Amino acid sequence: MSIARFWRETPRRYNLGGSKCTICGTVYFPPRAVCPTCPHHRETLEKMVPFQLVGDGEVVSYTVVHDAAEGFEMQVPYVMALVKTVEGPVLTGQIVDVEIPEVVIGLKVRATLRKLREEGKAGVIHYGYKFTPALDSDVRPPARGPAVPAESGALPASDRAPA
Amino acid sequence: MEAGIVSYGAYVPRYRITPTEIGRVWGADGEGMGLALNVQRKSVPAPDEDTITISTEALRTALVRGGIDPQTIGALYVGSESHPYAVKPTATVVAQAVGATPNLTAADFEFACKAGTAAIQTCLGLVGADMIRYGVAIGTDTSQGAPGDALEYSASAGGAAFVIGREKVIARVNRTLSYTTDTPDFWRREGQRYPSHGGRFTGEPAYFRHVTECARRMFEAVGTAPKDYAHVIFHQPNGKFPVRVGKQLGFTDAQMRYGLVTPFIGNTYSGAALIGLANVLDHTTPGERILMVGYGSGAGSDAFDLEATEEVAVYDRSYGRTTQEYLEGGVEIPYAVYAKFRGKIQMGGS
Repeated sequence: MSIARFWRETPRRYNLGGSKCTICGTVYFPPRAVCPTCPHHRETLEKMVPFQLVGDGEVVSYTVVHDAAEGFEMQVPYVMALVKTVEGPVLTGQIVDVEIPEVVIGLKVRATLRKLREEGKAGVIHYGYKFTPALDSDVRPPARGPAVPAESGALPASDRAPA
Repeated sequence: MEAGIVSYGAYVPRYRITPTEIGRVWGADGEGMGLALNVQRKSVPAPDEDTITISTEALRTALVRGGIDPQTIGALYVGSESHPYAVKPTATVVAQAVGATPNLTAADFEFACKAGTAAIQTCLGLVGADMIRYGVAIGTDTSQGAPGDALEYSASAGGAAFVIGREKVIARVNRTLSYTTDTPDFWRREGQRYPSHGGRFTGEPAYFRHVTECARRMFEAVGTAPKDYAHVIFHQPNGKFPVRVGKQLGFTDAQMRYGLVTPFIGNTYSGAALIGLANVLDHTTPGERILMVGYGSGAGSDAFDLEATEEVAVYDRSYGRTTQEYLEGGVEIPYAVYAKFRGKIQMGGS
């Protein structure tokens, strides 16, 4: 993958940056420019806002990979899963820090940043989201104190995950 | 100084290996080595973990616990001797991954095992001068010892992140000071995979001299004695040095109890003293005084005189794992899996 292409996708891969339709409230990941849920798609142009998924979800299906994709040889066998996030979108991601028998449909997971692959020994290192089993303590507390207005160009404070 | 720690988070990878298992491979008395070093297990990062991912995980926990908007972070420094890139900052990836970019300053620090405490001092300066609202200091490492070397029995992986500010401070920093000399006890030359060290020279003229001098200067500066501190944390390259230096200075086992984490997870280098501090903050109560003395080879010590505030009583630690869970948890792996995870096996192909 080219450096420029991966760099463009950084907001999605690092921070689960999607989009939200301000008319019907549907959240999309990856982000969309129009809302296919609203009956009048054209009206949603300019109505989509950046929206960051919090990273919590549950496994809706999964598979165990024994024949590794390039760069994943050290992790065989590993689990790839479809994760339905609490905001709605279903993401494909690797489940890490888990014994394979522990992975079941309905397993609560949360997103974590991991190394995805390296472009050889001298190339760039790509990072992105994977999922780990969630802890009971992973329920996020409400923010303390008033939120500070986001800087120009950043996501609205209400649409940002705590981290 | 009104500035101090506003929030914190620690992270230790899931896998563990015992000195006995390492010794079995090299025909050495691993169990004896573990007893001599006071290291029961050491943490091992997964193949997809490095200083960037560990730092990010620790900081995300700190930000959620403190309810801190990442856009209010004005500076972010990552201290490590195992930055994934020789040139390209760890700090920029971490800043982007927590949503703190673009309006902040960021940089990587390196001073062997004390780069994280140096980052805390820098953040205290910036916050104290009112140049930023919050500063983030992280100490993380995924260091390695050469196969068969004594370091292999202790070198592990982990890190901790601290948000420094002046609002809702849970541990005020009353004073920080340092003691620095040119002492070649441990080093890694450019391009070398594993570090070198001066063997016994890493003891008296290096670790013990710097830690004791720095601690004594702190006692003089703030007019304290060891009995005034509820908790003490030293840099802990193994489980033996910090216990011995604590006794030399006059601290008791009870004062060192929570700050000593290396026996359970190994030496996390830049993360070592800071994970100890995270464990102390997990257990501290308002009014308790805390002394932390870091050490980095090369060599230098940073001392911090901290005091837990009333805020620590209402600080919500519920998100993420407690430090104790990291110390007790983990999955033990055999040496072969450890060698695979740490890239010690020569693979075929290009």
